[in-house]
Amino acid sequence: MSRLLNVEDLHVYYGSIHAIKGISFDVQEGEIVTLIGANGAGKSTTLNTVSGLLKPRSGSVEFAGENLANIPAHKMVGKGMALCPEGRRIFLQLTVRENLEMGAYTRKPSEINDSIEAIYEQFPRLKERYKQIAGTLSGGEQQMLAMGRALMSKPKLLMLDEPSMGLAPILVDQIFEIIQQLNQAGTTILLVEQNAQMALSIADRAYVLETGRIVTSGTGKELLHDDAVRKAYLGD
Amino acid sequence: MLTNLINGISLGSVYAIIALGYTMVYGIAKMLNFAHGDVIMIGGYMAFCTTSYLGWPVVPSILFAVVVCTILGIVVEKLAYKPLRNATSLAVLITAIGVSYFLQNAALLIWTSNPKAFPNLVASIPSIELGGVRIANTAIVTVIANLIIMVALTLFTNRTKMGKAMKAVSEDKGAAQLMGINVDRTISLTFAIGSGLAAIAGVLLCSAYPTLMPTTGAMPGIKAFTAAVFGGIGSIPGAMLGGILLGIIEIFAKAYVSTQLSDAIVFAVLIIVLIVKPTGLLGKKVSEKV
Repeated sequence: MSRLLNVEDLHVYYGSIHAIKGISFDVQEGEIVTLIGANGAGKSTTLNTVSGLLKPRSGSVEFAGENLANIPAHKMVGKGMALCPEGRRIFLQLTVRENLEMGAYTRKPSEINDSIEAIYEQFPRLKERYKQIAGTLSGGEQQMLAMGRALMSKPKLLMLDEPSMGLAPILVDQIFEIIQQLNQAGTTILLVEQNAQMALSIADRAYVLETGRIVTSGTGKELLHDDAVRKAYLGD
Repeated sequence: MLTNLINGISLGSVYAIIALGYTMVYGIAKMLNFAHGDVIMIGGYMAFCTTSYLGWPVVPSILFAVVVCTILGIVVEKLAYKPLRNATSLAVLITAIGVSYFLQNAALLIWTSNPKAFPNLVASIPSIELGGVRIANTAIVTVIANLIIMVALTLFTNRTKMGKAMKAVSEDKGAAQLMGINVDRTISLTFAIGSGLAAIAGVLLCSAYPTLMPTTGAMPGIKAFTAAVFGGIGSIPGAMLGGILLGIIEIFAKAYVSTQLSDAIVFAVLIIVLIVKPTGLLGKKVSEKV
């Protein structure tokens, strides 16, 4: 295994608010790594910084051996990372198919059709609705579209920010199953979740964030049985 | 009656073309580019200088005006608005007004305040008589140009990759960046298209109302802005509808009520529409998310 993502002593500010206070973590190729923590712990901020939407005050983000410090956000997808953002943020006025096309914006047009077919196979509901305006989809369908859109760039690293948010339990199971399938097919996953139970049960490794700092880390199993973690995040 | 209607549609078509520039820039950059009207004036002067001083034929001179305005739009965006991308909207608005005065005063220095008699650039096209109603050649050209622009823009935004990317940027800049879309370049392109259209509007406007002064663009600019809001700002069909309706209302108000009150009537109609439907005629409902 080689190191795909390496974050070193990252500090992120929103104005004068110190949101991320020096976190370091890494993701090895082929892993599922999850960041868990309460609301406001800095999980989404971390993903947004890795993907370039936010710029860190200090610290480094290295992806596949390359320092990403001066790379603008729109170049990140070409490097092989994709973020499926919190709240899905699909393009509500575009059709399902157009959303998928946007996901492949940096790829050659000739390669896109095959990828779209592959996504339709993974998410048959999207195929049924390909002509529909994305704003008319249900929450679960929108999440699938958001994931499909992120996958359209064929990322090495797929970052998912709260993919289970607002979904019915049966859909949550489905989404987590798909995450595992994607991982088995070779995509490295960095997952941010409030549903710590689910996230830890599929993760190889996990980091626990508290107010901008990593307080605990370990394998998914270890943390699932860690008393402090159980108390704080698993409702015991 | 019919003549007035035709004049209204013709004037409204010019407003519509200008309104497209306001509405597209607003849709993408979420700012009101109050200097847009003055780009029209620059376009008018470019066409005037190339035809009257240099004796260029009509088509190259219009193309030249379009190119100059397109570049002007891109440069203004780069120098004046881009540094304010994360500033408050009020700062951007004030800057836009500043750019507007800057362009007007630059024109004043170069061309003085003496009105120039704009040549009718579409004189080679005949006016037609239809059932006793004379349709001016400028009206014909304006309406046709408007239709072509409308169709071309609709095809561009709905069918091309760049156009869809523009829609994506107008909806969610962050998500668009995650797709690999260069937001700065998309905004630049929007200004380019809007300003190029302003040049065409300038030529059409000056052909129909042939006095050209540094302030020529100001009033049509504000009216077209009104038209964009009237139709629903951010919406391309809305800009078209708003522009044409505004033109018709203005001409009818001039013909049947009072020339002096016509502008007041136009703005009164705007206020009424906004009270009844705050997003404008074809405006989309915006749900603010937190």
